[in-house]
Amino acid sequence: MKANTLPEVSFLLEQMSAQLASTLQARGLSDVCMIGIHTGGVWVARELHRRLAISEALGTLDISFYRDDFSRAGMHPQVKPSNLPFTIEDKAIILVDDVLQSGRTVRAALNEIFDYGRPASVLLAVLVERSGRELPIQADVYGMRLDLGPDEQIKLNGPEPLSLSLQTRND
Amino acid sequence: MTNNNLQLDTHGKLRHLLTIEGLKKQHLTEILDLAESFATVGGQSVKKVPLLRGKTIINLFFETSTRTRTTFELAANRLSADVQSINIATSATSKGESLLDMLHNLEAMHCDLFVVRHAESGAANFIAKHVAPHVSVINAGDGRHAHPTQALLDMFTIRRHKQEFQHLKVAIVGDILHSRVARSQIHALNTLGVGELRGIGPKTLIPKAVANMGVHIFHDMQQGLEDVDVVIMLRLQKERMQGALLPSEGEYFQRYGLTEEKLAVAKPDAIVMHPGPINRGVEIASSVADGPQSVILEQVSNGLAIRMAVMSMVLGRQPGTESGGEEQ
Repeated sequence: MKANTLPEVSFLLEQMSAQLASTLQARGLSDVCMIGIHTGGVWVARELHRRLAISEALGTLDISFYRDDFSRAGMHPQVKPSNLPFTIEDKAIILVDDVLQSGRTVRAALNEIFDYGRPASVLLAVLVERSGRELPIQADVYGMRLDLGPDEQIKLNGPEPLSLSLQTRND
Repeated sequence: MTNNNLQLDTHGKLRHLLTIEGLKKQHLTEILDLAESFATVGGQSVKKVPLLRGKTIINLFFETSTRTRTTFELAANRLSADVQSINIATSATSKGESLLDMLHNLEAMHCDLFVVRHAESGAANFIAKHVAPHVSVINAGDGRHAHPTQALLDMFTIRRHKQEFQHLKVAIVGDILHSRVARSQIHALNTLGVGELRGIGPKTLIPKAVANMGVHIFHDMQQGLEDVDVVIMLRLQKERMQGALLPSEGEYFQRYGLTEEKLAVAKPDAIVMHPGPINRGVEIASSVADGPQSVILEQVSNGLAIRMAVMSMVLGRQPGTESGGEEQ
């Protein structure tokens, strides 16, 4: 699919919730926890968490301390604390992000989650799965798939209302 | 001015941390905010993040310390750095090796950061002036001059309890004359815009110059503690005193030791702080040190988060690296 007209985020969220519900059912998972990755992933997770009526509070993750580009990029000034209000040990986790591109953010998030404990399983749900993977990581559930060039960037704007926008870097 | 510039790189980012003096409110707030994120790492089952993996940190302690050295070591460990502590009293300087020779040897072992404690004021500055461009220095206390990470962890502790600084009345009590901690606290509180800052103690232990730093001086505890939000007790630094600056310890405790009775004139929700190690029955009564208003042990935990924040800031800002990478 080429991004000429971007769909409404609410429409994508509806699809994701339906897909997630059937994936959970197929895998026989009823007791799940959800974790959103700062910042866009938390916005998406908040919506999914509500739609799926998950009883455990939503967890949030800031992966700044687990990034692999620290020695190149340094410390980010706006790090937010991670907050996992449940124990990870033996839990089925749904990890949520806004855009899956290189896969490095998800790699970092998995490392951080495992420093809190050993989950029983982790599912990855992303609003947009776009091209540009650099690691063997893929989403279990996605709102849409996009084929974009290296100069093109898809961005989730929010938190209220959520909308997608496409930018081309020309520098 | 050179002193201040030495701490910052060409982008105005922290390269060394030598003193609070010359840092802007934004620098301090950034460190406090970052420390807030590191405070949660202690709650992980693996109390470690991989941020400084592959970095080498050397603790150079020319003066003994248990708490400060341990928290710097633990902070480095929690950031996954390799850390080595050198107790200089027992190392090569006692064989006559000069400080600079030793530094250059350590640099040749490819270390990235020196954490320095020294009994001489200005020691960390001296080292920062002579290190290679890729090496950073953190001052862990130099003589009577500065102890910036202690002041920062104190600010962090105050902020966690009281949020805003602008309406706070803060009293620093005791041996301000010999205290590098007090000097750094005064700079930090002023930079963060504290409402009112008081210094309480005997005339012999309060330098007049602190009045020029915006400190209201009191020699009476009852007056000085009235209505304050934060009480910071200082350790009586007997080892730094020469001559008769003090009456007996018993008399000192009677006049300036913090007891429940004296604390009663402060605000009911006032917090009591102390950088440690505490002299029980000299500057503070055990019932206060262990009482409900004491946050002394919290200060120690917070020290870990602050040191993690400062280490990752100076090591994430090496000269020659581009700033502000966003893409992951």
